[in-house]
Amino acid sequence: MEEENQPSKEEVQEVVKEEKKLEKIEPQEEYVYKQVKSLIFSVLSPKMIKKMASAKIVTPELYDREGYPVDGGLMDIRLGVIDPGLRCKTCGSKLKECVGHFGYIELARPIIHVNFVPVILKLLRSTCRECGRALVSKTKAEKVVDAVEGEEEEVAEKKKAHKSVSAAGIAKCPHCKARQQKVTLDKPTTFMEAERRISPIDIRARLEKIPDEDLSLFGLNSTSIRPEWEVLTVMPIPPVTMRPSITLESGERSEDDLTHKLGDIVRINQRLFENINAGAPEIIIEDLWDLLQYHITTFFDNSLPQLPPARHRSGQPLKTISERIKSKEGRIRHNLAGKRTNFSARTVISPDPMLELNDVGVPREIAMKLTIPERVNEWNTAFLKKFIQNGPEIYPGANYIIRPDGKKKKITDETKESALEELQPGYVVERHLMDGDVAIFNRQPSLHRMSMMCHRVRVLPGRTLRLNSAICNPYNADFDGDEMNLHIPQTEEARAEAEILMEVQTQLISPRYGLSVIGCVQDAISGNYILTKNLTVSRGEAIDLLMAVGITNFSRLPKKEMVTGKEVFSVVIPEDFSFKDEHATIEDGKLIEGVMDRNLLGEGSGLLLRTIHKKYGKDFSIDFLGKIFRLGIEVLFRKGFSTGISDTDLPENGKNEIKQSLDDAYEEVKGLIEMYQNNKLDSFPGKTLRETLELRILEVLNKARNKTGEIVSNTARQDSHTMIMAKSGARGNLLNLAQMAACVGQQAMRGKRIDNGFNQRTLSMFKKGDLSPVARGFIRNGFKTGLTPAEFFFGSMTGRDSLMDTALRTPKSGYLYRRLANAMQDLRAEYDGTIRDSSRKIVQFSYGEDGIDVSKSENGKINVKRIISNIV
Amino acid sequence: MVEVDITKHILVPKHTKLSDKEKKEVLESYNVTLDDLPRIRISDPAIKHLHPKVGDMIKVLRKSPTAGESVFYRGVIDV
Repeated sequence: MEEENQPSKEEVQEVVKEEKKLEKIEPQEEYVYKQVKSLIFSVLSPKMIKKMASAKIVTPELYDREGYPVDGGLMDIRLGVIDPGLRCKTCGSKLKECVGHFGYIELARPIIHVNFVPVILKLLRSTCRECGRALVSKTKAEKVVDAVEGEEEEVAEKKKAHKSVSAAGIAKCPHCKARQQKVTLDKPTTFMEAERRISPIDIRARLEKIPDEDLSLFGLNSTSIRPEWEVLTVMPIPPVTMRPSITLESGERSEDDLTHKLGDIVRINQRLFENINAGAPEIIIEDLWDLLQYHITTFFDNSLPQLPPARHRSGQPLKTISERIKSKEGRIRHNLAGKRTNFSARTVISPDPMLELNDVGVPREIAMKLTIPERVNEWNTAFLKKFIQNGPEIYPGANYIIRPDGKKKKITDETKESALEELQPGYVVERHLMDGDVAIFNRQPSLHRMSMMCHRVRVLPGRTLRLNSAICNPYNADFDGDEMNLHIPQTEEARAEAEILMEVQTQLISPRYGLSVIGCVQDAISGNYILTKNLTVSRGEAIDLLMAVGITNFSRLPKKEMVTGKEVFSVVIPEDFSFKDEHATIEDGKLIEGVMDRNLLGEGSGLLLRTIHKKYGKDFSIDFLGKIFRLGIEVLFRKGFSTGISDTDLPENGKNEIKQSLDDAYEEVKGLIEMYQNNKLDSFPGKTLRETLELRILEVLNKARNKTGEIVSNTARQDSHTMIMAKSGARGNLLNLAQMAACVGQQAMRGKRIDNGFNQRTLSMFKKGDLSPVARGFIRNGFKTGLTPAEFFFGSMTGRDSLMDTALRTPKSGYLYRRLANAMQDLRAEYDGTIRDSSRKIVQFSYGEDGIDVSKSENGKINVKRIISNIV
Repeated sequence: MVEVDITKHILVPKHTKLSDKEKKEVLESYNVTLDDLPRIRISDPAIKHLHPKVGDMIKVLRKSPTAGESVFYRGVIDV
């Protein structure tokens, strides 16, 4: 840059004038913007390296006796500033403003750049050693060029074309008829030709000979790259800002790994220069040359398998350029793709049904580390002083105060007094997290917008983050060791945004299917089921229940000695609410008929919740949900709720019925097998006789198993807790119950009965060719009676199969979803209803083809009538 | 091989070519240029019978599970 002719004074003045003129006419209205059309990746030419350098480095020394950077040394102040107070000699700016500037060194001999070794090898192998032309005939070359130049051609096609050029094994150059020799690579950086080493000088000379026209055959763009630049003659020295030295506590300076490496390079390079000039013997020069090659190679990449890594004096390998970029801890994955954030916390989660749905329980320990900046004004000075008084050790305290000039001061026992004294409006106090503060709560993988919601803080004892179990569903959380993250917004704007856009109640209705994502789960469903089924409690008990839920107005509770569960539940329902569907009838806030179960209260189902939400809004619904959730749990507290194996006890007649039906099925299967063996079975269309038999058997056995299920659900005790859970939909289903009580059923792999293992039989305990249910994986027993060894084995087979299946499927479908989400991430709905991408191209003419927001619709329709009747 | 009229197939939605006037109206109503619309190749078999030119606009009327019927406009491109 320096060598460019400097603009004369007049010119400079004129430019300044013009700028002023422009400013007057258009005060920052016009923005210059351009669309990026293409990017070119290229290799720095020696000329370019010199041009962009602001210093030539000639000495490996770093500092002089006064500790000042040496001119022409590696810490030259022309390369940027890393000390506070100093100004950059090149650009004149201070620390942090100056991004640093490159320098360069002149290498005494050319050096191969390790990262270009594969390219150089390819070029050497497929160009003529005499004339430098590509070793392909003219016609073939044209063909390749044609293939490559087709603009929209697939990249793979191009690669294929390039590959056809690398013609190793051609004996003679088609252009000058020179004999070719085989070039091999002696890793990492030595090239051999017929057992003789090619020196980097010769390599460079050969690469220079390759004509521009032939470069495109190798996929190189001749307008921006010359292959000889891949052999270094000058080397750029990275600015000091990317290799800052650190001052140790002892005042000693410790240099960066890159600086150490560069010191080696410059020193050896200097030695090489001196030896060449002094006319030293060739062996010494060769040795130094190799050493320089080693240093430069390890400067770029210190983890090559063929080279011993350069080490510190302590023996730990140096981290050079490639290691800085590569791998998980490298610049890309660690610093660019992954960032860390302050004011956040992460621990194990646990449930707390006594929290509100939009609360998050924060351990006191965490609350004392996370802070909220609060600006001091006339009215809150006394309030904030209390926090400072408490200091960082006592909750609720404060950790820092920030002066109006931006200086941050830690509050300690010593500074407490002075902090209290100087505190005045304009100061900021970073106080501990308190109840009611806004926080963003998140669980990975964040697949949805409901994976990050805004909660209110509740500071609690203990060491886990706590949440109401009703909101596990949107986060997809459970408590088997899950951890979640908490973020504390630090500005008024961020808090407002979080509250308005992300608070739990705003996320109630899923944008995917338009129903509540939050609902009652498990015990809350069982409890409400029991309550509304046919429970009667004394009025006192009812009031007790409702008090525990948080209701204090009992005027709507009937004034009777005994009240029914339905009447208790009705107190929670708003007075003017009516609802009717196949599950329940509610009239004017009274539950007339129906039982509260998963269909009405559950997450992702439950029209009741949606109707309430539509009519009374988000804040009411979240409160309502919290109340019925607690009501359910409260009922169980009082009634007691547990399951045991005795829940699956069946009366004698039930057992007999089951035995009878299974025996019948066995008999039927036996008949089928006999028919098959006597060739009397009619095959289904398109199936072989054997397949037909299998299908018929499966059908019979399935029917038998279903029948046992029915018998179980009819004869088992209806008031057992297992039954209640199954019926209310809280957990488990009738099939699970039947499997425990009666019969596990057919084990199937890949849709067929189990049929492999041994030759013509599943286990060696069976006869060959045995097609009976027992020999093909039908488990006749229930889990309570216990399985026979063979049955247990079959059960394990299918169990393992399904375990493998889920283990393999989860990551696959996760990746599939990730790709979909990434592809669609910047699509958005415009005000005209179209869906457009980031360049405003139309993707859909109407959102979802019908232009309806699912979360605001009812089964895909907007109920205009209801909306009007609500408003008017 | 028997030549089949694919436009009669149930999976092929109805394609029609718009007149210049209609095309202008559509572009204005969305405030876009033809480049901002989804594309359809001139060689697409479904519009072969319309004899389109590059720069024409094709209206695609397709059945939609959500809306019953939905309209898409596509700009004809080369190849």
